[in-house]
Amino acid sequence: MSTQQQEPESQESPQDPEMKGAESPQQRRLKEKQEGMVDEHAEDEAEAAGETVHIKVFRYDPEVADKQEPRFDDFHVPFEKGMTVLDAVMYARDEFDSSLTFRHSCRQAVCGSDAFFVNGSQMLGCKTQLSELEQPVRIEPLPHQEVVKDLVVDMDHFYDQMHAVEPYFQDEDTPAASDLEEQRQTPENREKIKMSSRCIWCGACMSSCNIAAGDNEYLGPAAINKAYKFAMDDRESEEIKEHRLRILEQEHGVWRCQTQFSCTEVCPKDIPLTEHIQELKREAVKKNLKFW
Amino acid sequence: MSQSYNRGLIEDFSRWKEFSAGMWAWIFHKFTGWMLIGYLFTHIAVLSSAIAAADGQTMMLAGEEVNAYTGTLQGLESLFIVRVLEVGLLAVAVFHILNGIRLLMVDLGVGLTAQDKSFYASLVLTGIITVASVPTFMAGVGL
Repeated sequence: MSTQQQEPESQESPQDPEMKGAESPQQRRLKEKQEGMVDEHAEDEAEAAGETVHIKVFRYDPEVADKQEPRFDDFHVPFEKGMTVLDAVMYARDEFDSSLTFRHSCRQAVCGSDAFFVNGSQMLGCKTQLSELEQPVRIEPLPHQEVVKDLVVDMDHFYDQMHAVEPYFQDEDTPAASDLEEQRQTPENREKIKMSSRCIWCGACMSSCNIAAGDNEYLGPAAINKAYKFAMDDRESEEIKEHRLRILEQEHGVWRCQTQFSCTEVCPKDIPLTEHIQELKREAVKKNLKFW
Repeated sequence: MSQSYNRGLIEDFSRWKEFSAGMWAWIFHKFTGWMLIGYLFTHIAVLSSAIAAADGQTMMLAGEEVNAYTGTLQGLESLFIVRVLEVGLLAVAVFHILNGIRLLMVDLGVGLTAQDKSFYASLVLTGIITVASVPTFMAGVGL
């Protein structure tokens, strides 16, 4: 960023006159804290100076004659402290071009609607600070998915793959509701599937996956992660786990993963996708190993 | 939805500057794998001169009559470009081995959070081993 960083005098750490020369742990911590806050000061100044952020947004609309050929539109959005990529495109839509189209809903990384391709990497618009990005910020729809309009992509295929792994609890043998009995999971088992349950179906991983781009039948990281959540859940019976592994061990299941770690890099919820896929590969091998 | 736009292979190799460590490891592993397969064929071609040597075929090398196998190998080894290619072959093989070990660890689920570091480590090690091998490979050959 082009903002100049000035040390505000009022923010100086309190100096103990008797401690001059030697740096006390407290002073060191204060210094560290202040250094950590430099970025914030820079943001404050950028806001006060009325700086704008230059964003380049992908535009395409099959229904408008001059937008049928995809292009990039430039917007200069006034910077605000804590502004995210989503805030910027929302400002551009509200103030400059009301036809700018993109999906968004909760604005707090829960709904998974606003995964964009920002500066060459898949990320959630609402979770990405503009101050962390190099300008001009290039905002595109997710790659490897058909663009419907502007930043909106067709998610049908992604959802198909998600449903293909039967992402729902299947055990018939549940305790009778009349007994008011609970079906409990051990804390250890809960920990094991904790990360996999954080998926918000944003599709960033699938879009980043080089293999999924070339093989449309590949389940993709998100679907395999969803299958992991259920396959590793102890409350389902062994039979159902085997049924799940039969889906996963097919040609276009877990074995298509070539451990590029692209999905793990882009996942906005920090799910260790590759780790989960690798564990399912091992489970699939173990299931088929026979010593006789 | 009347129509949609397929952006094709966007993000693929034209965006190589934005690739992450794991992606580079994958590309290098594929590349070195194909190089090693290519080398196998030339290796077989060179070694097959041993069949000719067994049949008693000889050739002239620097005014001396030697058997076909020795002649072929010595003739190749006297070429500067072959020595350079040998260093390249070593680099390719070492990287493939080291990254192969890394992938083995990944398959076993060991140290997945350090996968980028282990890739850089295998790159650096490959570089060191390759540079260290240059005196041996280049001994006794002029341009």
